[in-house]
Amino acid sequence: MSRRLVLRLGELVAVLLLVSFGVFMMVSLMPGDPAVAVLGEGHTAEEYAAKRTELGLDGNVFARYVEWLGNALTGDLGRSLVPPENDVVGRVLAALPVSVELATMGLLMALLLAIPLAMWSASHEGGLVDRAIGASMFAILSVPSFLGGLLLIAIFANGLGWFPRAQWVRFGDSPLDNLYHAFLPALTIALMELALFTRVLRNDLLVTLHEDYILAARAKGMPPLRILLRDALRPSSFSLVTLLGISLGRLIGSTVIVEYLFALPGMGSLVIKSANQGDFPMVQGAVLLIAAIYVVINAGIDLSYGYLDPRTRRAHA
Amino acid sequence: MAGSGTAHLRPEQAPVLTVDDMVVEFPVGRGQKVHAVSGLSLDLLAGETLGILGESGCGKSTAGRAVMQLPSPTSGRVRLGERELTGLTSRPLRKARSRMQMIMQDPTSSLNPRRKVKDLVTEGLAIWGFEGTKQEKEELVRETLSAVGLDPDVVWDRRPHELSGGQCQRVCIARALMMNPEVLICDEPVSALDVSVQAQILNLLERTKERYDLSMVFIAHDVSVVKNISDRVMVLYLGKTCEVIPSGRIDSDAAHPYTQMLLASIPGAGDRELSDSAAAVELPSPLDPPSGCRFRTRCPLATERCAAEEPELREVRPGQYVACHHPIIEE
Amino acid sequence: MSDQTVLEVEDVRTEFQTARGVVRAVDGVSLSLRAGETLGIVGESGSGKSVLGRTIMGLITTGHTTQVHGSVRIAGQDVHASSPKERRRLWGSEVAMVFQDPMTSLNPVKRVGTHITEALRLHLGLDKKAAAERAIDLLRQVGIPEPARRMSQFPHELSGGMRQRVVIAMALCCDPKLLIADEPTTALDVTVQKQILDLLTSLAESRQMATILISHDLGAVAGRTDRVQVMYAGRVVERSATGEVFEGPRHPYTEGLLASIPRLSDPPHTTLRAIVGSPPNMANPPDGCRFAPRCPYVQDRCRTEQPELLEIGVRRTSHVAACHYPLPDVDTAGDAAPPRAALAEEIS
Ligand SMILES: Nc1ncnc2c1ncn2[C@@H]1O[C@H](COP(=O)(O)OP(=O)(O)OP(=O)(O)O)[C@@H](O)[C@H]1O
Ligand SMILES: Nc1ncnc2c1ncn2[C@@H]1O[C@H](COP(=O)(O)OP(=O)(O)O)[C@@H](O)[C@H]1O
Ligand code: SF4
Ligand code: SF4
Ligand SMILES: [Mg+2]
Ligand SMILES: [Mg+2]
Repeated sequence: MSRRLVLRLGELVAVLLLVSFGVFMMVSLMPGDPAVAVLGEGHTAEEYAAKRTELGLDGNVFARYVEWLGNALTGDLGRSLVPPENDVVGRVLAALPVSVELATMGLLMALLLAIPLAMWSASHEGGLVDRAIGASMFAILSVPSFLGGLLLIAIFANGLGWFPRAQWVRFGDSPLDNLYHAFLPALTIALMELALFTRVLRNDLLVTLHEDYILAARAKGMPPLRILLRDALRPSSFSLVTLLGISLGRLIGSTVIVEYLFALPGMGSLVIKSANQGDFPMVQGAVLLIAAIYVVINAGIDLSYGYLDPRTRRAHA
Repeated sequence: MAGSGTAHLRPEQAPVLTVDDMVVEFPVGRGQKVHAVSGLSLDLLAGETLGILGESGCGKSTAGRAVMQLPSPTSGRVRLGERELTGLTSRPLRKARSRMQMIMQDPTSSLNPRRKVKDLVTEGLAIWGFEGTKQEKEELVRETLSAVGLDPDVVWDRRPHELSGGQCQRVCIARALMMNPEVLICDEPVSALDVSVQAQILNLLERTKERYDLSMVFIAHDVSVVKNISDRVMVLYLGKTCEVIPSGRIDSDAAHPYTQMLLASIPGAGDRELSDSAAAVELPSPLDPPSGCRFRTRCPLATERCAAEEPELREVRPGQYVACHHPIIEE
Repeated sequence: MSDQTVLEVEDVRTEFQTARGVVRAVDGVSLSLRAGETLGIVGESGSGKSVLGRTIMGLITTGHTTQVHGSVRIAGQDVHASSPKERRRLWGSEVAMVFQDPMTSLNPVKRVGTHITEALRLHLGLDKKAAAERAIDLLRQVGIPEPARRMSQFPHELSGGMRQRVVIAMALCCDPKLLIADEPTTALDVTVQKQILDLLTSLAESRQMATILISHDLGAVAGRTDRVQVMYAGRVVERSATGEVFEGPRHPYTEGLLASIPRLSDPPHTTLRAIVGSPPNMANPPDGCRFAPRCPYVQDRCRTEQPELLEIGVRRTSHVAACHYPLPDVDTAGDAAPPRAALAEEIS
C-alpha cells in the first residue's frame, strides 16, 4: 500500500518536472521580444539589449530553467513585465479560485444532469426516451459554447433578469452572492460538458446492464432503480471518471470563452491577456500551475480506480 | 534433479518432436514468478497422438505454446526431428515453426474477422514460400477446404462471422494444413463446440492425421475426448507431469491419485469415488507451488515423504509411467 | 414427493425481432413440474434452453423487440400477467435462478455478503445483523469454508467453484419453491463440476424444491434428474423419465446426440457417430421437421409436415416425442437393445 503510494508520488514528481520544463521551453520560444513588450516600440537596439540582460534573458536556456524552477519551488514565480509589475504568484492566486470554482461547479451541474439522463436513457434502450435524449445531446453538442452562453445571458440575465451578468463576487466576501453570480457561467460550462458525459455514461451503462450480474440482481427481485444505482452505476463509471479528470484540468485553463462572455477575472483571461502583452513570467507561472493541477487531478483519478473496481486493488497490492 | 524425470522418453525410436526438461516461468514483479511449466519432458513419434490432460491453469496451453516457441521456454530444449528449436534466430525459427501448427480453443477469435475464408486459408502459403501459379494455389486451397469437410464454393467468400463455430474450426484446421506441417498442436480444439459438432471435428482430426501423415499433440480437459483421440496420455498438474499412460488403459489402470481424481470428477462417472475434501481444496498458487509433490495439498494419499521428496516418473507397468510415491496399483 | 404442481408452462413462444428477421427462440413449449421434482433440459447451444429458462422466470418480458406468448404459472401465479411489483415478489420468494458463469453473475464491485444480505433485507425485512447471520448460515450450507470471513471478500478473491456456491446461496436465500439452474457448471473447472451438481441435487432434495437443470452436457443431467426434456431449434423433441431417454431414445436427434459423445469405455480412435451438419438458422428454420436436414431417417413427409409432440410411451411413465417416425422402443426392438443399454450404462 505505502509502497505503491511512494511509487505513485515519484511518478508524479517526474511528470511535474517534465511538465514544468515543457512549459518553460514553450513560453521561451513564444514569438515576440519581451524587451519590446516592456519598453514599447521605438527604442534603440542597445536599450533593448540592456533590458534583455536586466530580464535575465541572456544566459543559456537550461541555466535559466534551473533558476526559474528553483525560485518556483520557493514560491517565487517572478514579477510581471507589464506595469504595474505585479507579483506573478499574487495575480495567479487571485485568478485561480474563479476558474476552479467555475470548473467545479460547472462539472457538478453537468454530472447532476448527466447521471439521471444517462440512467433513464440506458434503461429504455432503443425506446423513445433514449432516442429523444440522444438527439437532444447531439443538438447541444453541435451548438458552439459561446452561443449557448449568449443564449443563457439573453434569456436569464437580460430577458428574465433572474441572474446578473458581468460581475464577480468573491466567495470570501459573500458566499451566497458568489454562488448566485457563478450560476449562469457554470451552467454554460455544464452544457458544454453535459452531452459528452451523458453519452459516455449511457453507453457504459448499457454494457453493464447486459451483464449477467444485473440479470441476477433482477432475478433476486431487486427494484429497477436500486439496481441502476447500486449495481450498475459504479462498474459503469470508469470512462466518466476519466473524462471528468480530463475536463476539470482542461476547464481550469480554458474557460476563456465563458470568462469573456461573463467578464470574469479567471485564469483563462489572465493567460490570454498576458500572452498578448508578451508578459512571459506571468504566462509561465499561470501555465505551470494549471499543468500541475491537471497532473495532480489525474493522479487522483488513477487512484480512484481502486475504489471503483476492487479487482485492480489486488493487482497492485 | 527437480525435473519430473525422463523415464518415459523414447529416443531410440527417432521421435518427430522431443521436449527436454522444459521450464516456462512468467515474472510477475517483485521477484515473484508464475511457475507455469516446470521441467516438462515429452516426445512424439511419427503418426502418434499425445493427449495432454489436466484442469484449468495447470499449464497445458503454456506448454503447447512454448513448444511452438511462442514465447520460447525459459529453459529446456525443444527438438523437431534433428533440429534444435531453442536458440534459433527469428528467421530460421519461423521456417521451422511452420512445420508445427497450432489449433486454438476459440475458433472464431483465432480468425481475422475482416478476411474472407479464401484469404485466411491462402495466406499461409506465402509465408511458407509456395511456388506455383495462381491457379495451382487456388486448386490446393479448394482441395484442402474439401478435405476438412467444407464446400469451397459455399465458404469461399465468407467471413468468419458468417460461419458457425464448427465451420470456423474447420477453417482453422485447413489453414494449418496449408503449411504442410509435421506436427499439429491442438489446444482444446473442441471445448467451445457442441457435442454433435465436437464429434465431427474429432472424426475430422483423426482422418486428417492419417491423410496428411501428421503427429499430434492434443490438449484437453475432458478425459473421454482425450482417450478417444490419443495413443498416449500425459497428465499434467501445476506444470509437472503426473502420469504417462497408453490411452486405452487410462480408465482402468490409472495409478496416479490426480488421474484418479480427474476420472472421478466426470459428472456421469457414477459411483467412482471422489474424495470431497480433495477436490474441494483449491489449486495452489503457481507463484509458490507446494514442496515435494505438487499435488500433495489435495492428495488423499499424501504422507510426509510427499512433502519432503519430489517423486520422479518411473515405469509401473509396461508403457505406463507415474510420478508418485504411493501409486494406486492393484496387484 | 408431494403432488403439488409448482410450475405450469403452456404453449410458450418467445420471439425476438432481429436484423435478420424474427427469431423464435422458444416455439411452443409446454411442461409442468411438481414440488421436489427435477427436470433436465438438454440440447445444443442455440436450441432455446436459456431463453426458455428466462421466460419461465419472467426475466424476458414483452417489449418492442421481444414477444412472449403463452402462459407461465409459478405456484399458481401467472408470471407474465403479473405487475412488475408482483413479479419481483415472486422472484424473491417463489423462484430463483443460478446462472452459467459465476465470474459474470456476481457484481465485481460488491462484497460477497452484500449479494446475499440485500435480498434477505428486501424480501424478508431482516435487519442488518439478522441478515448477516442468515447469510453466513447459507454460505455454510452451500459448503463454503470460513463463511464469516468470506462475507467481506470480493467475488474475484474466490475460486470459480466457490463463486458458484455463492450464487447458489444467493438463489436459495428466500427459500424458493422453484430453482432454475442454467448450465451451472459449464464455466467451471472439471474437478469442481461434479461437486456443484451434487450440491444442487442434495439441496433440491432436502428442501423439496422443484428444479430445472439446464445443460448441454448429457452426463451432467443423467442420474440427477427425474425427467429429461430434449430441445432442438426452440422446440421440445422428446421428454420422458431420465432413464428411459438415455436407455431408449425414441427421437432421432436424441439418439444422435447420445451417439456423438465419446465414451470412456470405448477403445481409443473409435469413430464417433456424429450428427451431420449443424443446427438451423433460427431466423429461417426449415419447414416441416426442423431436424430433417440432419436426420438419417428423414422421409418426404418430414420436410413438409411439422411433427407434433405426441405420447408414444409404452410404459406407465409418459414418454413424448415429436417425430413422424420415432425409433422403436428398446424392449420391443429386439436386436437394437444391447448397444443402447451399454450406452446408457456409460452415460448415467
Ligand atoms: N503471460 C502470462 N503471465 C503470467 N502468468 C501466466 C501467463 N500465461 C499463463 N500464466 C499462468 O500460467 C499457468 C498455466 O496457464 P495455462 O494457460 O497454460 O493453463 P491451461 O492448463 O492451459 O488452462 P486452461 O484449461 O484454463 O486453458 C496459470 O497459472 C496461468 O495463470
Ligand atoms: N435477446 C435476444 N435477441 C435475439 N435473439 C436471441 C436473444 N436471446 C437469444 N436469442 C436467440 O435465441 C436462440 C436460443 O438461445 P438460447 O436460449 O440462449 O440457447 P441455449 O439453448 O444455448 O441456451 C438462439 O438462436 C439465440 O441466438
Ligand atoms: S507423491 Fe504423495 S502427494 Fe503426490 S500424488 Fe503421490 S501420494 Fe499423493
Ligand atoms: S420427423 Fe422425420 S426428419 Fe424429423 S426426426 Fe422424425 S424421422 Fe427425422
Ligand atoms: Mg488453456
Ligand atoms: Mg444457454
